[in-house]
Amino acid sequence: MLSRPGTRPRAKSSGKPGMWAIRGPLSRNQYWLFAALGLLAPLALWWLVSSSASVDKVFMPGPLDVYHRLITWYVDDNLMSDIGISVYRVTAGFALSAVIALPLGLLIGTFRPVQAVLEPLTDFIRYMPAVAFIPLVMLWVGIEESSKIAIIFIGTFFQMVLMMAEDVRRVPLAQIEAAQTMGATRGESVRLVIFQSAKPALLDTLRVTMGWAWTYLVVAELVAASSGIGYSILKAQRFLQTDKIFVGILLIGLIGLVMDQLFRLAHRKAFPWLHLRS
Amino acid sequence: MPKISIQQVGKVFGEGGHRVEALKDISLDIADNEFVTFVGASGCGKSTLLRIIGGLEYHTSGEVLANGQPVAGPGADRAMVFQHYSLYPWLRVMENIKFSRRLKHGRENLSSADVEAASGRADALLSLMGLNAAVDAYPNQLSGGMQQRVAIARALMGRPEILLMDEPFGALDAQTREVMHDLILHVHRLEKPTLAFVTHDVEEAIYLADRVVLMAPRPGRIDTIYPVPLPAEREQDMKHTPEFLRLKKEILARIRETSGMKTDQGMLDQLNMQEAV
Repeated sequence: MLSRPGTRPRAKSSGKPGMWAIRGPLSRNQYWLFAALGLLAPLALWWLVSSSASVDKVFMPGPLDVYHRLITWYVDDNLMSDIGISVYRVTAGFALSAVIALPLGLLIGTFRPVQAVLEPLTDFIRYMPAVAFIPLVMLWVGIEESSKIAIIFIGTFFQMVLMMAEDVRRVPLAQIEAAQTMGATRGESVRLVIFQSAKPALLDTLRVTMGWAWTYLVVAELVAASSGIGYSILKAQRFLQTDKIFVGILLIGLIGLVMDQLFRLAHRKAFPWLHLRS
Repeated sequence: MPKISIQQVGKVFGEGGHRVEALKDISLDIADNEFVTFVGASGCGKSTLLRIIGGLEYHTSGEVLANGQPVAGPGADRAMVFQHYSLYPWLRVMENIKFSRRLKHGRENLSSADVEAASGRADALLSLMGLNAAVDAYPNQLSGGMQQRVAIARALMGRPEILLMDEPFGALDAQTREVMHDLILHVHRLEKPTLAFVTHDVEEAIYLADRVVLMAPRPGRIDTIYPVPLPAEREQDMKHTPEFLRLKKEILARIRETSGMKTDQGMLDQLNMQEAV
């Protein structure tokens, strides 16, 4: 039989690549089917393991126990104020580091002397564990609200600066040079080209570091806290309320997911040219 | 007075042991409204020379004059068109073309009549470049050829007297490139900028230029300057005339000679011999 390129016999007679082809297509319905599978299977497994008689509830509470704990936390234990104070701490620490990291990242990514002064230093500090700063933070900042914010700041700021500097450095040189040959001043090149061009990447960096800020919540609420989700998890540990630990962890995950989606929504609204369907 | 005057220009990259002489003793005058193309083997410094004229890089010796003024940094009198990635993806086509209007330089000393004229100019450039249908598109919705039309229109917006083009059609397919050639010749006739154009495509270099400057590498220098023996009004058919083909052959041969890669045939022979053994 003559064989021509493109007429190679395939398993499927239609010739359309299946979903298991490398980077193959997946329809919307199929996507949601798989996504639901990915989310529900662990839940089912959890249910199965926790309901088997051999597993003590202290080690592994079932989904229903966790749900009931969520309700009692909400009704008797001020769940909403715990969520509120934790969201406040994370957001404040995160916003503080964003406000400082943004101009610094812009400067590091634009001017080589600033990069030379700040980047090696930042690289060094970011490997220091945020948890280890707790005694220092208590000594310097005290045990007020600001200390929790400070911990979250330390956990996110240095990574954020470096990532933002990298975002700024990725702006194509041709974009900057084109502006210069149109008569742009240095300030105009930074403001109208570099910053504008880097904006989508910067927002993505904010989204990613927001997630990291949440991972520092429990650490932050180690410092003389009396409320908050992280604090509640720590307290539940002392009383062996495993179900409450579950609720707390799941809540942090859920809030993080919601915030992530909000950032993605903002990205679509703010940068429509990146989300065009061709 | 020449529009661009390059006098004994040299350019050295790096220091000490990493010192590379990118350009050596370049002298060239480009007349007002002249169209000059630069060709040469890779590493001959043709792009570097163009960027020095544009003020995006600095020569380490000699002098470059544009409009009789020494070049010290980029300026709106010398607009540049790049091979790619120079459009602003967050701006629609019309906003890209009008970008220079946002700059202080473009706003200074303007009467309201000037502003109106500028608006008319943007529309005129849009039509000239055949971009009317794309006015509200974002750059990433356009083909490579259309993107370069926008880049050219944007560069022309500020009425630069000198237009520098660094392999502007290098990423386009052959058919699109031919269309762009006639378009840029049309622009040259209409707007009368002085045009310095770097390319690796010899046919393109001859078809567009009044003079083709052939540069040679190690160190980058001007090897030969070829006046193009074609009528000022170019047509695609001229590419098949004997004088065009003869010049193309001559330039290609000279590029091969100056590229320093004479070993190609020798290497092949050697490989063949090894295989025979």
